[in-house]
Amino acid sequence: MTRLDVLPTRKSEAYRYSDLDALAGVWPVAREEILVPSGQDTFLSLVELGEAAVARHLDITLEAGARFDLRVLNAGAAFGRVAVDVRLGEGAQFTLGAAQLGAGAQTLEIVTEVSHEAPNANSRQVVRSVLAGRATGTYLGKVAVARGSDGTDSEQSVRAMLLDRTATANARPELEIYADDVKCAHGCAVGELDAMGLFYLQSRGLTPPEAKRLMLQAFIAEAFSGAPEEERLQTLALQRLEDMV
Amino acid sequence: MLQIDNLHATIAGKPILKGLSLTVNAGEIHAIMGPNGAGKSTLGYTLGGRPGYEVTGGSVMFDGQDGQRIDLFALEPHERAAAGLFLGFQYPVEIPGVSNVQFLREALNAQRKARGQEPLSGGEFLKLAREKAGLLRMDMEMLKRPVNVGFSGGEKKRAEMVQMGILDPRFAVLDETDSGLDIDALRIVGGGINAIMRKPDKAVLLITHYQRLLDYVKPDFVHVLADGRIVRTGGPELALQLEEQGYEAVA
Repeated sequence: MTRLDVLPTRKSEAYRYSDLDALAGVWPVAREEILVPSGQDTFLSLVELGEAAVARHLDITLEAGARFDLRVLNAGAAFGRVAVDVRLGEGAQFTLGAAQLGAGAQTLEIVTEVSHEAPNANSRQVVRSVLAGRATGTYLGKVAVARGSDGTDSEQSVRAMLLDRTATANARPELEIYADDVKCAHGCAVGELDAMGLFYLQSRGLTPPEAKRLMLQAFIAEAFSGAPEEERLQTLALQRLEDMV
Repeated sequence: MLQIDNLHATIAGKPILKGLSLTVNAGEIHAIMGPNGAGKSTLGYTLGGRPGYEVTGGSVMFDGQDGQRIDLFALEPHERAAAGLFLGFQYPVEIPGVSNVQFLREALNAQRKARGQEPLSGGEFLKLAREKAGLLRMDMEMLKRPVNVGFSGGEKKRAEMVQMGILDPRFAVLDETDSGLDIDALRIVGGGINAIMRKPDKAVLLITHYQRLLDYVKPDFVHVLADGRIVRTGGPELALQLEEQGYEAVA
């Protein structure tokens, strides 16, 4: 067992790309336990836009047939870490949609461990990071499918957009599967804004910041699409993007 | 309206335009024809201000909104658009996730803002978009879809003309707007160009490989561009002669 009060080191996989100095300031991180009882449907929007370092660790249990929709806007100015452990009961459904927006020297990270512990559960993770300046954005996501969890359907879609060559994106989707009849999709891409697309938009009259903002808005849209608070999250993200471009 | 004087341009250090001169007056339609690699698309992109297309000599003067002569190359691409320049792309770019309606409304309002005009409201914009889409016989539903994503080659060219109708430029450079169009679409697009641009205070530079578009959009002048220069200029009959005899014989 890892002792919860001892500050992790980089040797620990889940903290490999973390900002350990910033983490020390908020350590130890309390576990926030969330239990969604059988058949219930609930959601949570985490919005981190502050100046101070933030680390959160959600420990979520979905009972049979439960549904949980988690959205994260991780765009604090210093350090933002959101760790999520999820255990899925039979037929449970888990959605994570997250956008990480960083333009300074901050480290933003989302670390997930989704355990399919019973058959026919469904998990979908969409993470979009937009990184400028010297910002670092990380996604570490493990999906574990236990023996006997047939009918598992899991998806990880991870994309990062680097606005400056000095920014860093880390992405590591990971699968550990012990069942036979499962569907586990994962996609991962790091890129830059398409120069021809930007020129096309500018040739129609958009200023360079407007053109970038429009393309980035489209890039992160999927993280919040279908969320109960979609409009609020999109608006907050858009305000932050406008400051970044 | 547009005066190109001894224009030289390079891409990655390679000279493409080598002393091109051309004057287009208000109310005129000019066609530029020429063999592959002559520099036709480079001319369009250089006028539009595409990054990587470096002007190494010469000048382009453009009559601005208020009749003032402006040095086109002193303007950024978006400023050229606001001044009234439109570049119809040979290969219109796909922008996933951004709807045509949102993009065009923001683009039009950005241009209006630069010109000191009030923005159009959502309702006013949709009315305008519907009218221009109708002109090009394009379904409004397509304008709600992401920019050019999933459009066929012909639909992309038609969408370019809808964009032109909405943005209402004073000068349009249309780079092979006719390529990829079937016979009916060519007639519709030709009609759209006439309806939008054939006006005493507007002008068009049509870059094309084929004479056929010129049956619908009658040019006042036809130029042959070869090896980075205009080597011959004539009336509409020059296009027919080119079609018959080829560039080598004529130019």
